[in-house]
Amino acid sequence: MTKLRAVTALIAALLPMAAWAASEANENVTTFALDNGMQVVVVEDHRAPVVTHMLWYKAGSADEPKGSSGVAHFLEHLLFKATDTMEAGEFSATVAANGGRDNAFTSYDYTAYYQRVAADRLGLMMKMEADRMENLRLTPENIETERDVIIEERNQRTENNPQALFGEQMNAAQYLNHRYGVPIIGWMHEMRTLDLEDALSFYDIYYSPNNTILVIAGDVDPDEVRQLAETHYGVIPAEPDLPERLRTEEPPQNAERRVIFRDARVAQPYVSRSYIAPERDAGAQEEAAALTILAEILGGGTTSYLAEKLQFDTQVAVYSGAFYRGVSLDDTTFDMVVLPGPGVSLQDAEDAMDEALASFMVDGVDAEQLERIKLQLRAQQIYSRDDADGVANRYGAALTSGLTVEDVQAWPDVLQAVTQEDIMAAAASVLRIEGSVTGWLTKPVEAVQ
Amino acid sequence: MRYILAMMMAVVLALPARADVEITEVVSPGGITAWLVQEPTIPFTALELRFRGGASLDAPGKRGATNLMTGLLEEGAADMDARAFARALEGLAASFGYDVGDDALSVSARFLTENRDAAVDLLRASLLEPAFSSEAVERVRQQVLTGLLSDEKDPDELAARAFDTLAYGGHPYATSYSGTLESVSALTRDDLVAAHKAVLAKDRLYVGVVGDITPEELGPLLDELLGDLPETGAPLPQMAELDIPAGVTVIDYETPQSVALFGQAGMAQEDPDFFAATVLNQVLGGGSFESRLMTEVREKRGLTYGVYSYLAPRDYAAVYMGRVASANERIGEAIAVIRDEWAKAASQGVTEDELRDAKTYLTGAYPLRFDGNAPIARIMVGMQMLGLPIDYIATRNARVEAVTMDDVTRVADELLTPDGLHFVVVGQPEGLETGPLPE
Repeated sequence: MTKLRAVTALIAALLPMAAWAASEANENVTTFALDNGMQVVVVEDHRAPVVTHMLWYKAGSADEPKGSSGVAHFLEHLLFKATDTMEAGEFSATVAANGGRDNAFTSYDYTAYYQRVAADRLGLMMKMEADRMENLRLTPENIETERDVIIEERNQRTENNPQALFGEQMNAAQYLNHRYGVPIIGWMHEMRTLDLEDALSFYDIYYSPNNTILVIAGDVDPDEVRQLAETHYGVIPAEPDLPERLRTEEPPQNAERRVIFRDARVAQPYVSRSYIAPERDAGAQEEAAALTILAEILGGGTTSYLAEKLQFDTQVAVYSGAFYRGVSLDDTTFDMVVLPGPGVSLQDAEDAMDEALASFMVDGVDAEQLERIKLQLRAQQIYSRDDADGVANRYGAALTSGLTVEDVQAWPDVLQAVTQEDIMAAAASVLRIEGSVTGWLTKPVEAVQ
Repeated sequence: MRYILAMMMAVVLALPARADVEITEVVSPGGITAWLVQEPTIPFTALELRFRGGASLDAPGKRGATNLMTGLLEEGAADMDARAFARALEGLAASFGYDVGDDALSVSARFLTENRDAAVDLLRASLLEPAFSSEAVERVRQQVLTGLLSDEKDPDELAARAFDTLAYGGHPYATSYSGTLESVSALTRDDLVAAHKAVLAKDRLYVGVVGDITPEELGPLLDELLGDLPETGAPLPQMAELDIPAGVTVIDYETPQSVALFGQAGMAQEDPDFFAATVLNQVLGGGSFESRLMTEVREKRGLTYGVYSYLAPRDYAAVYMGRVASANERIGEAIAVIRDEWAKAASQGVTEDELRDAKTYLTGAYPLRFDGNAPIARIMVGMQMLGLPIDYIATRNARVEAVTMDDVTRVADELLTPDGLHFVVVGQPEGLETGPLPE
């Protein structure tokens, strides 16, 4: 790592998933559905005898009941405990004994489990994954011990990290009425109260085949995948009482909000700004595409507008960036960050950022920069063929966030069709100060003096 | 995430790899050697360069010079300033990454077949004609200083620095290759030019290439890209005089969760027992959920989110390291459990089941590493740096299979020194005895 380690951590804190969408060559993707409602995506890559098996549930932290924050992630941990036929830990041990790796992750809109193994072990992975969708057997001891583990996980990720604590406060301020304002891992005081009943009630309703996307990537034949999926998953009945994913929505934001977070462990103060923004919607991805490119134009690196104004024309910032995450079930955010240079106050950095935004609205989009960005997006279609797992991740995240296979496949063309006017219209619509949260991460007052 | 796997990746990188990859050795007309895997199905190429020595070649008093120099390679070259260089790169839809560590400076590039020559020209300019303009030097220096300030507040960084200081004596490994606020502030353009000359030379260069390119095309490309590098650079570093005292060091830092880094002397990769040690570590703390440390510290007691150990056979010292993080009031118990497991493994070795499972895992997981052009290029460069034969990949799993119970028992007894472990704990741990171990 040569330059700014801190920035990497910072970006990770801002965005749970990578912001920059990449597109894929469509010809190696096959999709179908089972009778019980499970949707299946097969991404073929025959260059190595390896397969990634991923099961995505359309249930994430934003689907949790009030007061039980963190239960989606807690349940993710508990899925590695016993079932009727497997002991606690046997799932991972079996994957390991077959030379594979396994893990799982939870986000706002989904929970996903994956294994990467030799391609001829796919059936075994499906058998075990289908088993724990139906037959989990939790004990009070599991709950006690694993709750300690997730509390240590929160300690490691969040309590020990002022940037993460600040990010939580920014989100909480951004979302007054939507569950995206609650951290995925949960608030500590609610995590401490999670119990067996919380976990099982979430499991019973959401861990059902008609609430899943199965994504298989690697050295596989789609017809064989279909047969295996029907054998292992097709026998599980659909959940008739699966609720619609209706969350309480945000009211229109008509007041700018501010957050100031002080912590003695802050080494590099910075300014963060988030704007409430539309996400990619099924059949209507145009504005999200414009925002995706806007983030690149404003803060996508050395050639970006903010870098030019804040790091090259002046030395206000040592780093600046803009981010947009379009894959989201409900309203997302457009984010910016500025790390002030030496001797530059947070207020000066914020003012310079706002001046740069104002001048961008006057200057408009540089046509050559737009063309370079589009060229890179087209090249990404070539590079992404070397990354079957990346393609698998994109389908899984999109299909659990309200998008369809057609939306995923149309996305490269939607991005290429974005015009300068589209970008400026999206900027004008989203970059409203009354729709924003501005945050300062800084040292305690006494430490500053 | 159930468990962060970043550390597993480091373990993976410590060992080279296997799958059905066919490696060709290409020697350019100008005499530069590269290992090539042809992969014509996707029209791009991944290229990995590594220069041995890396930041350990910093001149006396110039700590951080190689790191700052590396950060400047993408910040302007030939007649281009930083932004012109970045625009040129974007216009080719190529990507170049420059990184440095204690043992090597690495360059990771990928470029499309359709504009390969132009991409190579641009990469060449960055390696051979970096501008080191005063404007760019000051800008990147400030970024490095910002990173150093952040390191001072990062428990993992604080632990690593304390451990390195006590373990590596006067060797460059004892200090951070990023330098200090003072040393980086004092670096001049001349220092960067000198660092460039010291590190980027042909006598320490290793090349791996994977992608849509033939041996006939690669030879001239290598000469064009690298032919004008100097033949020799600065003398490579000496071996470190490793001396890890047993005990516990506590660094007081106000944060809810203590981070503990622990270690002892390790084993060189060339050691005939290295595979036995790898199998042993897989059982003890090798990063999977099934390891003894994960089972005892996390699964049974819920004391941590993650605990692991890893063999770190670096070029100039071999250590055996591990990490755990637990709430301040629980870290003492976590450390006690780790000590017990270390002692148990040293005296009793592993079980037949554990030996079998570890070997199955290590051999089965091996092909999973070959998942893309860039990873394979990196693996091939690593193999060359270790002096492994070009057909090593096909033989590697047999070497794992050949490890016997006697090997593991003997290596566990010889390698593991439960009384020699040193723990550096950053945080406010409760009830933890500091200082050397009681007799």
